[in-house]
Amino acid sequence: MSLTDWILVLHVLSAFALVASMVLFWTLVVATRKLTDVDARITYGRVGDLGGRIIGVGFFGTIIFGIWLAFAKDGYAIWDAWIIAAIILWAIGGATGGRAGAEYQKVLEHAQELKAAGRPAQPGEFRSSSGELMLAISSLAILLLLIDMIWKPGA
Amino acid sequence: MSLLAAHRPTDWNFPLFLHVFGAMILVGGLFTGATILTFARGDVRFLRLGYWTLLAVALPGYVVMRIGAQWIYSREGWDDLPSGVDDPTWLVTGFIVADAGALLVLIALILGGIGVRRLKGGSGTGLLKATMVIAWLVLAAALVAVWAMSGKPG
Repeated sequence: MSLTDWILVLHVLSAFALVASMVLFWTLVVATRKLTDVDARITYGRVGDLGGRIIGVGFFGTIIFGIWLAFAKDGYAIWDAWIIAAIILWAIGGATGGRAGAEYQKVLEHAQELKAAGRPAQPGEFRSSSGELMLAISSLAILLLLIDMIWKPGA
Repeated sequence: MSLLAAHRPTDWNFPLFLHVFGAMILVGGLFTGATILTFARGDVRFLRLGYWTLLAVALPGYVVMRIGAQWIYSREGWDDLPSGVDDPTWLVTGFIVADAGALLVLIALILGGIGVRRLKGGSGTGLLKATMVIAWLVLAAALVAVWAMSGKPG
């Protein structure tokens, strides 16, 4: 395998890491919607922390290795329409994903405050509508990114 | 993923999309289920969630991945090779991982299903630990398949 082949492998593995983390986050969103157990919410937060690290690797791996490939492979250029579209979708996915992470970090901090105060949580108290919206936009951007990568419109 | 479809006929795109999308959901389901089972430490809520993630996310992901794989295999003409010509190594690796992985996922789901049923009686955590170990193994094998399918060694 050539260096370019290895870069492609790392690019694809990064994309898998990205989507795997998205699946993890959606599972946590569904699991914590009606949760009232403060300790369980904090444990879910630890699982989410791991997802946050993996998605960071996924986002940066896809863009770094993707741009490398755009320069390394004959027949592709960074200004190709489908590559520019991919970069825009990546930026939307990353920005909204980051916002979702910040929203759920606030929820986790709230759970930690409840635990410190010894207070129970109400149903829906750990839900974040804005976090769900941001995660939905981020997921949609990633799905469109995958479609763009396969169909390569304009290539 | 940039070069998955370098110079491919456009009617190969949808089967390839199904294959890759299914594989991503499969890997996501395995990663999520195995992670939640790892963090469970005997907590029934987490054990159930981990198991149901494998059943409701990883298994459908596998089905979509496998349908897409067979479809693109046929479209690319691999099922029509002259006699004496074997499939390339990367393709064989993909099939081995997919078929062995299916068997292991089924075993993991059966063991986990029994484990979840036994949780009401206060047991079953051992079976769910076995499910967790199998899920991590299949995930590792799936990543090897991703390497083989994208890098196409040989």
